[in-house]
Amino acid sequence: MAGKSVLQRIDWLSVFIYFALLLIGWINIYSSTFTEADQSIFDFGTLHGKQLFFIGVSFLTIIVVLALEASFYERFSSLLYLISMLLLLGLFVFGKTIAGATSWYDLGFFNLQPSELAKVATALALAKYLSDIQTDIKRQKDQLYAFLVVLIPAILIIPQPDPGSALVFFAMVFVIFREGLPIYYLGLVLLAIVIFICTLIFGPTWVSIIITLTLILVLLLKKKSFRVPVTPMIVAAVVAIVFSLSVNFVFNKVFEQRHRDRFSLWLRLEKDPAKLEKIRKTIGYNTYQSEKAIESGGIFGKGFLEGTRTKGDFVPEQHTDYIFSTVGEEWGFLGTSSVVLLFTFLLLRLVYISERQKNPFGRMYGYGVISILFIHYFINIGMVIGLLPTIGIPLPFFSYGGSGLLFFTILLFIMLKLDANRMKEGI
Amino acid sequence: MKKVLLSSIIIIIGITFIGRLSYLQIFSFSPDQLMEDPAIKAIYDYPERGYIYDRYGKLLVGNDPAYDVMVIPREVKALDTLEFCGLLGMTKENFIKKLKRARIYSPRLPSVLVHQLSKEDYAKLQEKMRRYTGFYIQKRSLRYYDTNSAANVLGYISEVNDRDLAKNKNYVQGELTGRTGVEKVYEDTLRGRKGIQYIQKDRFNRDIGKYKDGALDVEPEQGKEIHITIDKELQEYGELLMQGKWGGIVAIEPSSGEILTMISGPTYDPSLLVGRKRSKNYSKLHYDSISKPTFDRSISFEKSPGSPFKAINALIGLQVGAISPSTTITCHHGFYIGRRKKGCHCGGGVRNLNSGIYESCNAYFVGVYKKIFEQFSSNAEAMDAWEKHVRSFGLGSYLGSDLHTGRRGSVPNTKMYNKWYGEGDKRWSATTTYSNAIGQGEVNVTPIQLANMTAAIANRGYYFTPHILKKIEGKDISNPAFTKPKYTTIDKEHFEPVIQGMADVYNLGTAKGVKIPDIQIAGKTGTVENYMVIDSVRTQLTDNSVFVAFAPVDNPKIAIAVYIQNGYYGSRYAGHIASLLIEKYLKRKITRKDLEKRMLERTLESEYAKPYSGEKFKINERDWSKHAKKPKADNSTK
Repeated sequence: MAGKSVLQRIDWLSVFIYFALLLIGWINIYSSTFTEADQSIFDFGTLHGKQLFFIGVSFLTIIVVLALEASFYERFSSLLYLISMLLLLGLFVFGKTIAGATSWYDLGFFNLQPSELAKVATALALAKYLSDIQTDIKRQKDQLYAFLVVLIPAILIIPQPDPGSALVFFAMVFVIFREGLPIYYLGLVLLAIVIFICTLIFGPTWVSIIITLTLILVLLLKKKSFRVPVTPMIVAAVVAIVFSLSVNFVFNKVFEQRHRDRFSLWLRLEKDPAKLEKIRKTIGYNTYQSEKAIESGGIFGKGFLEGTRTKGDFVPEQHTDYIFSTVGEEWGFLGTSSVVLLFTFLLLRLVYISERQKNPFGRMYGYGVISILFIHYFINIGMVIGLLPTIGIPLPFFSYGGSGLLFFTILLFIMLKLDANRMKEGI
Repeated sequence: MKKVLLSSIIIIIGITFIGRLSYLQIFSFSPDQLMEDPAIKAIYDYPERGYIYDRYGKLLVGNDPAYDVMVIPREVKALDTLEFCGLLGMTKENFIKKLKRARIYSPRLPSVLVHQLSKEDYAKLQEKMRRYTGFYIQKRSLRYYDTNSAANVLGYISEVNDRDLAKNKNYVQGELTGRTGVEKVYEDTLRGRKGIQYIQKDRFNRDIGKYKDGALDVEPEQGKEIHITIDKELQEYGELLMQGKWGGIVAIEPSSGEILTMISGPTYDPSLLVGRKRSKNYSKLHYDSISKPTFDRSISFEKSPGSPFKAINALIGLQVGAISPSTTITCHHGFYIGRRKKGCHCGGGVRNLNSGIYESCNAYFVGVYKKIFEQFSSNAEAMDAWEKHVRSFGLGSYLGSDLHTGRRGSVPNTKMYNKWYGEGDKRWSATTTYSNAIGQGEVNVTPIQLANMTAAIANRGYYFTPHILKKIEGKDISNPAFTKPKYTTIDKEHFEPVIQGMADVYNLGTAKGVKIPDIQIAGKTGTVENYMVIDSVRTQLTDNSVFVAFAPVDNPKIAIAVYIQNGYYGSRYAGHIASLLIEKYLKRKITRKDLEKRMLERTLESEYAKPYSGEKFKINERDWSKHAKKPKADNSTK
């Protein structure tokens, strides 16, 4: 085994899905930036031409990533983390502002987005910390440190402002869960989200009543065989009701109208047609246009380069964050469901790969990669099809953007390199 | 648990996404209609509306190009305002005001700066237009009338409203559609098909090229020209004669059912309803609720037919064997209904079919009517048979013609009388309903029905459904609804004695005075009593003057019905006008200039003013001179 090259040991299924997504993504970028005037696909002055260039750069990077020694990533993860945090800090001084966010370094030919690098570095650093022989995730101190590794880049990115990217780092708590963080932490977060949404939809009164009723029901059902910790239950219920009331307070008094509009758009709270029309034209414009574009595709879509709404640039940011709406309009349900299935298969395959690692570092890094890819995929498509509020993050391997494509590729191929190497250093 | 947590979340999210996508793309999918897709703009190319010609190929309606000066405010560059205003023929203040208004409407979309330039102004402006960016000339096509008559026949066109749009998807806001008359009935033929070009737009509404390289574009199709059956000269002459008189005239060619003329008085100049003053003029016409110039009396005016209907009763009498031509009935200057005596103006004496008709003897026809009823075992049975015969002349029905409107008229029946008087043979009889005998009762007809009835008599037993369309694109129509004869229930041989009687109306009878040299006419006068409710009192007005005729007797070329409101006795106005029109149609010229002069001069305006004067008035004045002469050069409404 040891003598075989990395090309024979790499997981070709993942690589194949990666290429498929890259290809479909580029075709749609081509379609959404296509104009009758430019017919050449290799014109680097156009956006699709530039993307083609970045795809080439990514391929070169893959070779470098696979050629490096696997142990390099584990060894230098702390240093890489340190560098990327410094780069994030440096943005406050040297950053270049594009579209209101100071997230880039101007390298002349290319704008570097250090938060993309930070994602790779954080995934590596987190894996490194958790796999350290000294770390015991059951200890609260170690839990806190693990959270800090994730939190520091997030805190540095929020003021850029780029809340979308910051959110990605929170997704890495999945890694900590995988490594033994008690699962009810997650339950609490989910419960908080459910209470938050229910309060907005039904109002705090109903939420309080339902929580109280549930509590009484549970206490009445208390039997010997069904033991319930009474005091914690009551405390939890009271906290939940207070939370619900405070959500209501914050929503109505602290939030500004534009925030409220965003939520009422997401949860379809607004019923007045006149106001709805206004929301559609202002804050909900993107979501409305993208939903309409997807809807107009039907089952089979309008065909490549035939999307009238795509051609007319009705969906803003269509080649970046809203690229999925082009798929919807031109390739229909067949196209969109294929893309969703490809992502689902890729993620499941990566879970499988992570689980088969013998080296805990490899497994934890794998989970870091999955968390990052999943949160991008989940929020992006959820936003484009109108299930989630508007949060601007790209669709991995799909959206136009050099930094994004480059670092997603690095992220994935480090994982595949570690996997290819798992037999070699099976300590 | 720890191991499957992430996998389960991935799968659940995948299912949720596919569920949402199938909801969007499969369940709520509605394919973008080209017209509703915000990314596609349709540009229309309007074809010219089809021309309308008369039966001899004379132009009635054509198109006039009109030129609107349009402006797109956003594109306007600095210009020599003074020179441009000079070209447009407007003041600088007005120009600036209009430009400002256009900008308020939309800086991006075109607005009309000057409506409907004349051809001369257009010619002057055209070559200099290039110098003024942001302005351009939009050619439109308006209806142009080569006649000042036939407004009721031709109808008018106007912009489609919301109702039309909902009904017919082929129209777009701002397009024109036929509202009445031929313009309405033959809308689809005349309008042609508009051309459509699809343009791809971006979200700023800018054109970015042809959609699908024009694969879906539609070429415009010209509107078809049509010939209608109207004789333009006759129509114009008839309307001239009708000036100052209210009523309807319809003339039909018996051998084809083609409507030669269809006149309604008062009427208006069709060009009033074109162009800039259309809406103002329309309101003026529409809200004239006394003389009602937009009400087409030739097809929608239902009244008692009066004496011309006696011809039908004579035919029914012969058909059912109630009388023979030689059956005599004595007129005692009237007749008895029960113990009450009803007068007759015919002069009294022994009447047979011939003299009954030409003297229009009421007593004779009431007698015939009673004899018809005696032929049947019950009154109900007699009424049913009588009704069937009457209806076979097209009375009491819409006729199925290709006119945009009309009235059914009415023919009484058993059911109606049963309802009025009660069922049973004793409750009502010929005596109760004797008014039907002389065309004064429950029978109501429109002038076109009267003309059609006359045509059926002229043809000795059949008629062709009256129609207005003669040719489409030069080809004669072949619609069997119009080219197949419809037979009456009266046998052919019974017509001759009745026609002889009608011919003698001219030779010996009530229309002696209106004979035309060298033309044998058969006709029948009618003098119809009529009433009006004035201040809730039923008041009798001057009789309506009615006349039906066809000529020549042996080879009928024209059948005509003239109905003049308050014209007094049948031959006075209706008879004269009918004879002039027949002469005009058959000879193309008028020899009896004095008669023509009298008809052209007299108006009945004073008669029509009586009920509204608020004073007591006299009806049925014999003195012609009471009828005011028409003031000269009054052409506002005819």
